Amino acid sequence: MDLAAAKMIGAGLACIALVGAGIGIGNVFSALISSVARNPAAQGQVQPFAFLGFALAEATGLFGLAIAFLILFVF
Amino acid sequence: MAIEIRPLEQFTIERLIPLHIGGVDVSYTNSAFLMTVAVLLITALLMLGTRKRALVPGRWQSVAEMSYEFVADMVETNVGHGGREFFPFVFTLFMFILFANFLGLIPYSYTVTSQIVVTFALAAVVFIGVTIVGIVRHGFHFLRLFVPQGVPAALLLLLVPIELLSYCIRPFTLSIRLFANMLAGHTMLAIFAGFAASIGLLGIFPLAINVLLVALEVLVAALQAYVFAILTCLYLSDAINLH
Repeated sequence: MDLAAAKMIGAGLACIALVGAGIGIGNVFSALISSVARNPAAQGQVQPFAFLGFALAEATGLFGLAIAFLILFVF
Repeated sequence: MAIEIRPLEQFTIERLIPLHIGGVDVSYTNSAFLMTVAVLLITALLMLGTRKRALVPGRWQSVAEMSYEFVADMVETNVGHGGREFFPFVFTLFMFILFANFLGLIPYSYTVTSQIVVTFALAAVVFIGVTIVGIVRHGFHFLRLFVPQGVPAALLLLLVPIELLSYCIRPFTLSIRLFANMLAGHTMLAIFAGFAASIGLLGIFPLAINVLLVALEVLVAALQAYVFAILTCLYLSDAINLH
């Protein structure tokens, strides 16, 4: 297997990290929706935490994406 | 007509004013230029915005006051009353990252925070500063931060190294989060723009996706500045209140 093909496969594998990010972001917002549906008055209190959680969960997926970019374009 | 896609080209640092002092390259680069612009814009917004000191604020004064109150509120709720003196630091960090991120969204400009050197320097300042604050405030007592309370002694053998490790990787996670977000977002924009340019009339679909991605990037730019600031607050709260 030559280097270019291995790079492509490696980058594709690195993108699997996005699975976790997707599950995480889905979890964050499903929890936000169900908590606001139970207690609409809490929306103002809960929303900042939801966006914080969204950003943290999204970042983990982006670590994988950054690795994919590194494999493809830097090495 | 194949157009070569070079999505990482936007992150190259160019020397605007070449300058060498004693063999050290201290050229004024496009990165330094964008930082200067960010600092000047923040200063202009806050100084000119609050110049009139109107009782009923105008638009500029509202923006200046809102950003001030937003960060002051964040420090108050996350660090508590002892964090008041660290407000200027957190406010400076937040505004600088926010403006650097937003300036990077302008086409053909340069994203300062997409270089790990910049974000790591910011995160290292936070890490070292927080550690010094903790040691000055509590002395040797600061080490209690690494010992969770109400845990059996046998488990401590396992937990203390984990706590210590998770404390020491803070500057790395803090800097890589910001850097990876900016790098990945802007690279993705460039890749979709490359698709749009290379497939002719059908390129309207990747272009439409790109419009949505720009909206996402605006959200991410603000959100990452917020996350950086709030994590700084949480670290400060750890050092000041010791759990």
